[in-house]
Amino acid sequence: MALLETRNLRAFYGDFQALHGIDTRLDAGETIAIIGANGAGKSTYLKAIAGLIQGSADSVVFDGRPIGAQPAAAVMKLGIALVPEGRRLFPSLTIEENLLVGGDNRRMPGPWSLQRVYALFPILKDRRSAATPTLSGGQQQMAAIGRALMSNPRLLLCDEISLGLAPIIIADIYAALPRIKAEGTSVVLVEQDIAQAMKVADRVYCFQEGRLSLTGCPRELTREQIHRAYFGA
Amino acid sequence: MTSWLDALIQGVLLGGLYALFAAGLSLIFGVMRLVNLAHGDLIVLAAFVILVVAEKLGLDPFAAALLALPVLFAAGFALQYVLLNRTLGRDLLPPLLVTFGLSIIIQNGLLQLFSADSQRLRSGAIETASIALGGGIAIGVVPLLTLLGAVLVIVILNLIFYRTRLGRAFRATSDDLDVAQLMGIDIRGVFATAMGVAFTVIAISALYLGLRANFDPTSGPARLLYAFEAVIIGGLGSFWGTLAGGIVLGLAQTIGARIDPEWQILSGHLAFLVVLVLRPRGLFPRAQD
Repeated sequence: MALLETRNLRAFYGDFQALHGIDTRLDAGETIAIIGANGAGKSTYLKAIAGLIQGSADSVVFDGRPIGAQPAAAVMKLGIALVPEGRRLFPSLTIEENLLVGGDNRRMPGPWSLQRVYALFPILKDRRSAATPTLSGGQQQMAAIGRALMSNPRLLLCDEISLGLAPIIIADIYAALPRIKAEGTSVVLVEQDIAQAMKVADRVYCFQEGRLSLTGCPRELTREQIHRAYFGA
Repeated sequence: MTSWLDALIQGVLLGGLYALFAAGLSLIFGVMRLVNLAHGDLIVLAAFVILVVAEKLGLDPFAAALLALPVLFAAGFALQYVLLNRTLGRDLLPPLLVTFGLSIIIQNGLLQLFSADSQRLRSGAIETASIALGGGIAIGVVPLLTLLGAVLVIVILNLIFYRTRLGRAFRATSDDLDVAQLMGIDIRGVFATAMGVAFTVIAISALYLGLRANFDPTSGPARLLYAFEAVIIGGLGSFWGTLAGGIVLGLAQTIGARIDPEWQILSGHLAFLVVLVLRPRGLFPRAQD
């Protein structure tokens, strides 16, 4: 059984339709990547899964349960954590408090704890009492991922975790993904950095203007196919 | 000289009362960005609740306030959950209008029930008791308890905000509503709890208001004004800033009154304006806004 399925997922901002019936599937333990140009609907897709945008109940099915109409707080308690675009740490909280707040409302036994997150990103331990805005972009991204892991999610949604970071920092952050997957967490990556996404994903979905334009395994897709799906013919 | 020293001491003590008024307002604004125009009337309403409990049960106002605390917490929780949560959104106007309406309803309701007569909480000898400091200066016991009460309230609020899970949720919700929900925080419940806590602060303010001065159903708006001024003088950075704001306001009023009794209220407003001109974000502003 699929861990996550979207069936004919639609999303609207007022009159504007951002997603036109998206069908995706993710099995437990898998990582999928969603790629596409700016405005293709990638972030909207994640928001719809996480409950920040609500639609019809059966448009998002998690572990056999229709969750498309559930609010974000309820979705999180089922085991879905979102690392939002732009990190969005809480500026009034220290780094350690940001991590703790991630696990406050879902006390599930699981692989992730404060110690394990600090082991994954040792720099966070050194900066744990620091005010959030004083951290570098890369450190903030690590904290945002750590905060999401603290709820021991079964599904981790990552929105543009490489955005605005130097290549060497991106490599550091992507190095953590295999360790997160190794704990049995499934991952949905939304990325503009196609090369990074292709390296870690089991399957790739390409969005174009709110529609699926390509699906496949990274190894089987050609550059030309991706180029066409990304930018349109 | 003694008279000025006395004015300083009395001003600081009066500041304690204003800090109590302001702490509740600051808490509500800090957590949910709600400007509660009914704050002063809620303080007066709570003073009447304490008065009724004290008279009906034959209790001292301190004991009556203690009894009223959980009732007022529940009332605050319910008010937020049932009414005010519906008004919160991107637009600041609906909560302003609803709390303004609430203010009118409370004033007129109290007028109906209690008439326009001035009331006072009676607590026997403690009301007039004072501690002589020598040199002709004496500190009233009730004003001293008011200031100590304000300090205690602020210490407890700081403990809640910076040492508990609930406080983490308060601050996270205040920072970013959407991401707070992604963390599984039930923001409606968090808001309602914050209003409940604010109502307990309101109850404590009401106790000292009623012990120190007469109050009637129309006393609320002036209390709201003092609370606002104290919050803005202090800046929105911390509850300690709110205490400082209350003390600045209290000092200005007391010193103004020494110069000419008619200047008491005016001096407070002038001090507020001076701070606004020199430090528009208050004495202790938030690090990031």
